[in-house]
Amino acid sequence: MAHDAAHAHDAGDHGGHHGHPTGIMRWLTTTNHKDIGSLYLWFAGIMFLVAGSMALIIRAELFQPGLQVVNPDFFNQMTTLHGLIMVFGVIMPAWAGFANWQIPLMIGAPDMAFPRMNNWGFWVLPVAGALLIISLFMPGGGVAGGWTMYPPLFIQGGISYDMTIFAVHILGASSIMGSINIITTILNMRAPGMTLMKMPLFVWTWLITAYLLIATVPVLAGAVTMLLTDRNFDTHFFNAAGGGDPVMFQHIFWFFGHPEVYILILPAFGVVSQIIPTFARKPLFGYASMVYATASIAILSFIVWAHHMFTVGMPAAAQLFFMYSTMLIAVPTGVKVFNWVATMWKGSMTFETPMLFSVAFVCLFTIGGFSGLVCAMTPVDIQIHDTYYVVAHFHYVLVSGALFAIIAGVYYWLPKWTGHMYDEKLGKWHFWLSTISMNITFFPMHFLGLAGMPRRYADYALQFAEFNAIASVGAFIFGASQLIFLWVILKAIRGGNKATDQVWEGAEGLEWTVPSPAPYHTFETAPVVK
Amino acid sequence: MKKSTISSMLAATSGMLVSGAVWADYQLNLREPQSALARDVYDLHTMINLVCLVIFIVVFGAMFYSIWKHRKSVGHKAAHFHESTTVEIIWTIIPFFILIGMAYPATKSVLEMKDTSNPDMTIKVTGYQWKWEYDYLKDGVKFMSTLKTPREQIENQQAKGEHYLLEVDNELVVPVNKKVRVLLTAGDVIHAWWVPELAVKQDAIPGFIRDAWFKSETTGTFRGQCVELCGKDHAFMPIVVKVVTQEEFDAWLASKKQGAATAAAENTKTFTQDELMAKGEQVYNTNCAACHQANGMGVPGAFPAISGSKVATGPIDAHIKLVLNGKPGTAMAAFGGQLSEADVAAVVTFQRNGLGNSVGDMAQPSQVAGLKGGAEAAAPAGN
Amino acid sequence: MASQTGGYYLPAPSHWPIVGSVALLLMALGGTFMINGVGGGWLLWVGLAILTVMLFGWFGTVIRESEGGKHNKQVDLSFRWAMSWFIFSEVMFFAAFFGALFYMRVLSVPWLGSGDTLEQLWSGFNATWPTAGPGLEADGYKFTPMGAWGIPAINTLLLLTSGATVTWAHWGLKKGNRSQLVLGLFLTVALGLAFLSLQVYEYMHAYSELGLTLGAGAYGATFFMLTGFHGFHVTVGTLMLIVILGRSIKGHFTAEHHFGFEGVAWYWHFVDVVWLGLFIFVYWLV
Ligand code: HEA
Ligand code: HEA
Ligand code: HEC
Ligand code: CUA
Ligand SMILES: [Cu+2]
Repeated sequence: MAHDAAHAHDAGDHGGHHGHPTGIMRWLTTTNHKDIGSLYLWFAGIMFLVAGSMALIIRAELFQPGLQVVNPDFFNQMTTLHGLIMVFGVIMPAWAGFANWQIPLMIGAPDMAFPRMNNWGFWVLPVAGALLIISLFMPGGGVAGGWTMYPPLFIQGGISYDMTIFAVHILGASSIMGSINIITTILNMRAPGMTLMKMPLFVWTWLITAYLLIATVPVLAGAVTMLLTDRNFDTHFFNAAGGGDPVMFQHIFWFFGHPEVYILILPAFGVVSQIIPTFARKPLFGYASMVYATASIAILSFIVWAHHMFTVGMPAAAQLFFMYSTMLIAVPTGVKVFNWVATMWKGSMTFETPMLFSVAFVCLFTIGGFSGLVCAMTPVDIQIHDTYYVVAHFHYVLVSGALFAIIAGVYYWLPKWTGHMYDEKLGKWHFWLSTISMNITFFPMHFLGLAGMPRRYADYALQFAEFNAIASVGAFIFGASQLIFLWVILKAIRGGNKATDQVWEGAEGLEWTVPSPAPYHTFETAPVVK
Repeated sequence: MKKSTISSMLAATSGMLVSGAVWADYQLNLREPQSALARDVYDLHTMINLVCLVIFIVVFGAMFYSIWKHRKSVGHKAAHFHESTTVEIIWTIIPFFILIGMAYPATKSVLEMKDTSNPDMTIKVTGYQWKWEYDYLKDGVKFMSTLKTPREQIENQQAKGEHYLLEVDNELVVPVNKKVRVLLTAGDVIHAWWVPELAVKQDAIPGFIRDAWFKSETTGTFRGQCVELCGKDHAFMPIVVKVVTQEEFDAWLASKKQGAATAAAENTKTFTQDELMAKGEQVYNTNCAACHQANGMGVPGAFPAISGSKVATGPIDAHIKLVLNGKPGTAMAAFGGQLSEADVAAVVTFQRNGLGNSVGDMAQPSQVAGLKGGAEAAAPAGN
Repeated sequence: MASQTGGYYLPAPSHWPIVGSVALLLMALGGTFMINGVGGGWLLWVGLAILTVMLFGWFGTVIRESEGGKHNKQVDLSFRWAMSWFIFSEVMFFAAFFGALFYMRVLSVPWLGSGDTLEQLWSGFNATWPTAGPGLEADGYKFTPMGAWGIPAINTLLLLTSGATVTWAHWGLKKGNRSQLVLGLFLTVALGLAFLSLQVYEYMHAYSELGLTLGAGAYGATFFMLTGFHGFHVTVGTLMLIVILGRSIKGHFTAEHHFGFEGVAWYWHFVDVVWLGLFIFVYWLV
């Protein structure tokens, strides 16, 4: 039924009902969730190349001990912007892109609740991105205080630091608009019969993510505002001479920052929970417990923040509290991992590229989770804090976690978006090259960290030379492999085998009932979900 | 082919995990612990790694078994089950108990680490961009410790030495088997003081004192580094702790006290221009060249040039005051607390008459002392 | 692309968002240049002007759509969800500053005045709230904290009354009594403006007579950031009330359909509640 309603529109009918702008104006003024989804995804892709290139500059400098490629100040600028752009300019926009494309399709809504605001939520991002990049060319150089922006170092910097603060404000505005839109869409625009506990897990994880955003992004805005006034207007929030405390910034930052890392990973859990059942041809195991686990992770994420600060000198009671609460997160996350494995168990599995990336996700994310748990043990963290061990930890959860899930999701829905099957062979090449080189890049960083190599170092002692060289080689292979991905996407946009409506044999859900590519307008008459 | 690659990947990753736990000699693991506390941390880490490894093998053993057996290509038909409350409860509870097992030894170590009571000696450590100051509180011995590796090695014009980036001009010397309490603070931005072998890492926060302790059970030299991003030379402010016997320590302390007395005498001395220039160049190279550059040209946009600077060629009192009090809100720190009066006099004289400047005047320690009032209380960093 | 009659209203493509983005870019650049004194600060004002045009254009469109009957029940509910969660995000923004206040009062100031920190770094510091902090006090910085029972108490009364008048106006709207609506809104706006004038006066008093400035250490920073952001929100709220007042006079809103009014009223109550927190923790319990 839903099927027919959607089919009534011609797939090529981009014009819609009344005259739509074409060319660039179409993209600048669009109120269509699919257009906006595509914009988000392209933006994320481009920023990935930018921030990834910065990572390659980092890895080139670290290929050998000594200073070869850049000076230490520029190195720090690269580290800072790499972190900031990857987090705020790549992963978050990519997830917003998925949300825009998929949520209305998955819940049977005609569009997002606030299409105009949806447009603005996207179009402020390039502004923030431009500010970050312009800041590199300001007198005194770009921001070099780390993505965590700790004062007083951040107070010392020049013009680019203020520019970065405004960029963070604008990124925050984007996130708030995006998440209000998503929450409202999910709560108010589900098709009849689509009860909350029937929603696809991706929708659930985004609902919870949106709440995390609304609760924490304003806190980040407050924190950077205090930085701004400390820098320019003589306040003393983070200065002991005035009764303030540099560590207070860290508390406020991480109150945002820890939930932020779950903002990056919860949608990934959602995507993987869509993909694994499809290719195992078996329903997701433990749907309800997946929902509860996601919610538990989100709630716990508010009370663990100071595990990033075990070395600031907190009282023992505080250290113990944050250690225990952090360890607890392993329980609901474990439930998720076990549920994914149980979904595969006794399925009838095939391994197309989305499934390959999802399987790698489950396995490698768990490695990252385990190293997170190692970090959570206060006495051990005191050894490995601010070393490459932490860098290894968070790249496992971010690259083979968030990023791999994004890649998996792109392969999974690309046929729905473009109407063409992607090149499976190239997809497999992309998978194997990425997975192997990702491990070559980041696994040795565990050893570096344990052996004592601090992070944010432009140069290092001789005993770290071998593993750094290996990591750098891996990074360049990993980067090059992503060019295959770009090629696969462009190829699928330009042509290829026609995709069917259902695309994947085991796929279930409303989005697979509409044609491929999904028409410009879908579900103008709500489908009925039984 | 696909299956074998997957399983070899699993083998490789788990192999690497194991190696993290046992191949200590290959620097795959934490450094060899040198104190009881460090050993506890080491063992705790090994224990957690093993637990994680076992879980990993069980969970991914199951997953890869399933991937092997439950494939469509071998004709496996999908089952239809999709929930089981019992199983869900079991795999919620078991990890919970495992975690309790991990938390117990960790808690003990935390409490042990935090117990800084009854130290045998107390040393105040202050981080500056980019050097450490050690102050033996009871003994009146106080000195700076800066990177000794020559610039040429860093810039690849010279072969790198054995302790590249891990060597300093003045090491922190402590006696063996004594509980040493360190009081940490910083003069500008946050730094962190870390000696891996002794399992001590503590942030140095400007305006606050935080403490930590260590007790080395062996003599030897242990090398650590600053582990909180503190600006451009963050990678170039190592920490070297030399643990010696009590006798050696006493002898060392006595000679340091002697040195301190000579240095103090310098503050009341009147120098000649040449003496000041020679001394000033040395002070400049260790303290100022990191920013203003060895040739005095600075880094445009970030650090002003001294050559031709209005301050360095203007009234001398203003110049001395700037060096003493720094410039709040910029990287220019207050050197009044770090350098002796003689050092300040020397470096100011050097900046005015070297580096392309030729004002012709000079500063004496007494003049610096006269301008110093209240400077020490000045706010560290920020405005 | 308005959907079929009775369906969820979906607006056609709009150029307002991109205009807003350009405005933000100019404002950010101009703001950065201005506070760094490098010239180009005028970009801020250009950006602000564009933003104002954009807000008028955008909200004007929404109002026309609303009056044109395009917002059905479901759209109305969307607005309610959105406004609620927007206000929640604002609550979290203030939470950051309240958090800073509590942290300094309860933790950092006492730390500075005790133990090794006091002994080694700030000897002589007497850690009592309110304080300008050990460094500033050692340099002889002095200020008088703002008393609670003068202007702040009057302001509390003004805001509480305005909460009542806006509710009274709402009753009028629901009863279809338009003069009650207009009068209620008018009083609310007047009370808001009175509040703001008193606050301006209070700030001038603080700067000129009490030595209480943004630079007055922990107390000054939290005092001005909290009351300042609150004042900014009152300003925005008052502007929104003025718009609503104008619309009421023009005959907008019906007894059943008036989310524009309610959204602003919610916002006003939120501003009110924040003030109570301020009054208690910033002014009263010093
Ligand atoms: C996607 C992002 C993401 C995710 C999901 C996580 C997940 C976790 N992180 Fe991580 N983390 C980061 C991103 C992320 N982190 C980043 C970016 C930083 C650095 C920031 C910076 O300083 O720049 C960081 C830093 C960081 C630190 C600070 C380290 C330091 O600076 O010293 C700590 C300390 O506790 C930590 C812990 C954890 C834990 C316990 C989890 C847990 O959620 C993991 C839970 C998962 C598992 C445990 C695996 C699966 C579970 C099972 C199979 C069940 C059975 C298991 C057991 C019983 C053990 N993380
Ligand atoms: C989601 C987030 C994310 C992602 C995806 C990545 C991806 C990568 N990261 Fe990063 N990283 C962070 C988040 C992320 N990182 C954060 C938060 C920090 C902390 C910052 C801080 O300390 O403040 C950090 C820090 C960080 C460091 C530590 C720097 C330091 O401490 O000084 C390093 C070092 O190796 C590193 C490396 C890499 C590499 C090699 C990749 C690779 O995966 C990137 C691969 C992508 C490309 C290479 C681009 C695509 C390809 C091209 C452009 C084509 C051209 C290339 C070729 C022809 C080869 N990252
Ligand atoms: C961490 C970096 C750093 C170090 C180390 C440093 N300076 Fe500076 N210095 C600065 C900066 C930044 C300024 C510019 C401050 C400003 O914005 O006015 C500056 C300014 C100066 C000036 C004024 C120059 C002018 O024309 O405005 C003098 C003189 C000076 N420093 C002397 C010294 C001396 C002497 C030392 C060593 C004892 C030293 N500096 C070490 C960063 C540094
Ligand atoms: Cu000092 Cu890093
Ligand atoms: Cu965290």
